[in-house]
Amino acid sequence: MSERTRLRWKCRRGMLELDLLFGDFLDSGYEHLDAGERQSFDHLLDYPDAVLLEWLMGRIQPTDKDVVQLVDKIRSAASD
Amino acid sequence: MTMEKRSFDTLIVGAGGGGLRAALQLSQADARVAVVSKVFPTRSHTVAAQGGVNAALANVSPDNWHWHMFDTVKGSDYLGDQDAIEYMCRAAPRAVYELEHFGVPFSRLDSGKIYQRAFGGQSRNFGGEQAVRTCAAADRTGHAILHSLYQQNIRARTHFFDEYFAVDLVQNQQGYFLGAVAMDIASGEPILIEAKTTILATGGVGQLFRTNTNALVNTGDGMAMALRAGIPLQDMEFFQFHPTGIAGKGMLITEGARGEGGYLLNGDGERFMERYAPNARDLASRDVVSRAIATEVREGRGVGPNGDHVLLKLDHLGSDIVKKRLPGIRDMVMTFLHIDPAETPIPVYPTAHYTMGGIPTNRHGQVVVPVQQGAEEPVPGLYAVGECACVSVHGANRLGGNSLLDILVFGRAAANHVIRHLKEQRYHQPLPEDASEPAMQRLARWNREGKGESIAGLRIALAKTMEEHCGVFRNQDVLREGQEKVLALRERLAEAYIDDHSQVFNTARIEAMELENLVDTALATVSSALAREESRGAHSRIDFPERDDQHWLKHSLFSLEDLKMDYKPVRIKPLTVESFPPKKRTY
Repeated sequence: MSERTRLRWKCRRGMLELDLLFGDFLDSGYEHLDAGERQSFDHLLDYPDAVLLEWLMGRIQPTDKDVVQLVDKIRSAASD
Repeated sequence: MTMEKRSFDTLIVGAGGGGLRAALQLSQADARVAVVSKVFPTRSHTVAAQGGVNAALANVSPDNWHWHMFDTVKGSDYLGDQDAIEYMCRAAPRAVYELEHFGVPFSRLDSGKIYQRAFGGQSRNFGGEQAVRTCAAADRTGHAILHSLYQQNIRARTHFFDEYFAVDLVQNQQGYFLGAVAMDIASGEPILIEAKTTILATGGVGQLFRTNTNALVNTGDGMAMALRAGIPLQDMEFFQFHPTGIAGKGMLITEGARGEGGYLLNGDGERFMERYAPNARDLASRDVVSRAIATEVREGRGVGPNGDHVLLKLDHLGSDIVKKRLPGIRDMVMTFLHIDPAETPIPVYPTAHYTMGGIPTNRHGQVVVPVQQGAEEPVPGLYAVGECACVSVHGANRLGGNSLLDILVFGRAAANHVIRHLKEQRYHQPLPEDASEPAMQRLARWNREGKGESIAGLRIALAKTMEEHCGVFRNQDVLREGQEKVLALRERLAEAYIDDHSQVFNTARIEAMELENLVDTALATVSSALAREESRGAHSRIDFPERDDQHWLKHSLFSLEDLKMDYKPVRIKPLTVESFPPKKRTY
């Protein structure tokens, strides 16, 4: 429980777009990740907001190979 | 229960641009500074400011600070304090050059000078041709400022309490502010941070409204702490809305989309702006378009299963135009709605963007309150800067590019005043034993066992109430009902419980305390809006459509005790120049 709530707080960002994308993903996509991917998610949240926004809006492909697939998963988990 | 206690010269609550600018100035002057931030500092909402910083550098067009001052006074619909506005506009070039020195990578002109772009409301010669005044670091100015200031603070050895939630201010019986109680979110442990001076820099309260552009962190924590400490909030009825946000989400769709030929449709497929503004239609001013959308929805002509939005149609422009001229909007709509705006209209609704009101301060950032019938006086030991404060440079309406300027200029000014104060205040004042009691009670309240409504449900109800009753469509009946509903929600919150009483990362408890902050700031907003019987700047009343300078050229002050409204005059007199008398505001 505390691991999930720790991540929930780490998903609180400076931009609404990121709040919504990470929040939705934590609710619906995170549980389907394996241990390695969960670690990558934690690692992804360490990137600055402006970088994350470019990646998650699909404007730039992530330079970090570790997170490319994860970014796609987060994008497809965005609720309508 | 014994509580950890730490002592500093200055405590700053909030690590956005305002808090970090103040912290840097203080740390560089060898003051011992603590910054408390509920999220990691570089995740503060300043990061989302894309536009830039206004300063009359005259790199692109002729310009000077006095023209900038005129535009800001006029933009404020004459509710801005002209002494603070003169101070800010004069200080602007220096604030920008300081940023350059701190490492902000401003975009460059071919000449090598700082790049500036044109924004609405900027003029030359007191209302003449368009001026070009906004200094930008690509479309990431806020991000660049926040990161540079954070790095500089690390270098200057500012002490950061990351992921600590400020619960309440601490004061003695003489009303002197002596710091705050905060909680370490990771461990759940409270800490008393004692300080000779405290600066609130907690940002705005966009989360009041269901549809808003703000990050989730913007819950008005500092404003509510001030209210609970007996300080009134100023001009809270003035909230800036943008007509087109993505419905149910809030992200802003720029005016550029309508500028390119996009138009709005209601549930009947009608191009309704023709009825509200026969000439300008979809390009009418922001408040007219916002109110038209809200009216269509109120009168049952909305779109969607709940009829709660309208549509912004772009598909007739053709795929090439949408891709070429509106790529950012297309990316965002495709990411969040999984539709291509070049093929499918976008659901939109007015979105709340910026809090003009806040904690009343003078131009030194000192929090000021009226004293009996006399003039206002500074509250000893307490300062506020940025969106949580009302200094008031934005008055009834903020101009684009002036919010980053506000945080830089007044963050620095407040710190300079504190530095002078610290020279006289060598020692900490005695801290009464029970000083932290109110804050501890507030924390303990959420450990109570019981069954009640969910915090998430109440938060949605509050945001919906504020959108329907204190959004862009305001009249006496709508606002009065809104005030009653907020009061009822406040009572329901007092009876609510949370299930999770754990210590480690108990976000449920934080969210409950954030909702308490939201409810009190909501009450300030709706009460101030109900009381102000005129239309000025962002506050527009259907039942009082005109600005009324004879009765309402004054600042509102809302106090939590007895929900009392009070008023104080606008500071019309600038520092050195002639004042700009109120005129009809036309563009």
